[in-house]
Amino acid sequence: MRVDLMHRVTVSAVLALFLSLALLVGAAPGVLAQAPQRGGAAELLAADPVLEERVTELSHKLRCLVCQNQSIAESNAPLAVDLRNQVREQLAAGKSEDQVIDYLVARYGDFVLYLPPVNGITLLLWVGPGLLLFSGVGWLALRLRGRADEPASAALNNDQRNRARALLDGAPLPPEEPRS
Amino acid sequence: MKAKFLVPLVLFLVLAGFLGLGLTLNPRLVPSPLIDKPAPEFRLSQLENPDGYVSLADMRGKVWLLNIWASWCAACLQEHPVLIDLARQQVVPIVGLNYKDGRDDAIGWLHKHGDPYTTSVMDADGRVGIDYGVYGVPETFLIDQAGMIRYKHIGPVTPEAVRDLILPKIAELKRAG
Repeated sequence: MRVDLMHRVTVSAVLALFLSLALLVGAAPGVLAQAPQRGGAAELLAADPVLEERVTELSHKLRCLVCQNQSIAESNAPLAVDLRNQVREQLAAGKSEDQVIDYLVARYGDFVLYLPPVNGITLLLWVGPGLLLFSGVGWLALRLRGRADEPASAALNNDQRNRARALLDGAPLPPEEPRS
Repeated sequence: MKAKFLVPLVLFLVLAGFLGLGLTLNPRLVPSPLIDKPAPEFRLSQLENPDGYVSLADMRGKVWLLNIWASWCAACLQEHPVLIDLARQQVVPIVGLNYKDGRDDAIGWLHKHGDPYTTSVMDADGRVGIDYGVYGVPETFLIDQAGMIRYKHIGPVTPEAVRDLILPKIAELKRAG
């Protein structure tokens, strides 16, 4: 009984973990890929489709500061257009993706990154959900273990059993014994 | 152990406290990473004198304000009287960075509403704006004698901000310099 219970808890914990991981993995690219290429496609004027591909890809990682829940690839705010042009220009000049990102972070801060970097300030953001999950599972496991250790208090005495039988049979109830 | 039933309530109150605090924050205020960093270089044509240029080096040795404005910007009109008033006090030079504007529109706007600026320069393509991390107009930077950015005001400058933040900071920088 005890082993069976612990086994069930472990199985549910593992299931919950897989489920949350699957959600994380499934959701992240989904969010990034929303409204794909809309801004990019309209601007495919550049002669170099490979460059344009890189610009669009990088732009999806950069937050538009005007419409804050859009990337600069999706937004048509004038500043987003300017920033896309900056990205295009710098990539065309041979800078690496990281150099372009550094350039923008130096001016606008980490806020410009859609994927926040792991550092002291964002640590809780990154480990928080996992921490919540594990403490929840741990709490549940402790509780269930405590419950399994409790003595079975549900046993009925003879009198109670008679009352229950009477109830089930629809017969008139025998008088209740006063509780001590 | 009697008070166990209070646990969800306490958790709820803590959560509500955080959310309530979040409501008082303005998500539009993105702290600038440029505070206490050297102001980015620029060399721009003057608004009313296209052949005259102003660069960061010209302002060296002074405490000054760089105000980003545009004739198409409604909030600039809101802060305009405050800037005019500040200019009248002649505390510091105020350089206007005319952001993504037309020269004629900008000059017309200054003639109509008054010109608080020691000089205005044109950032027609918004490139210097990007260097300064500008993401909306108006924004105002306080820059010290050594060319370091000491303060950034996002949005229209209010009389309270001038009185409580900008003027004390200017006084402090002038003392230190």
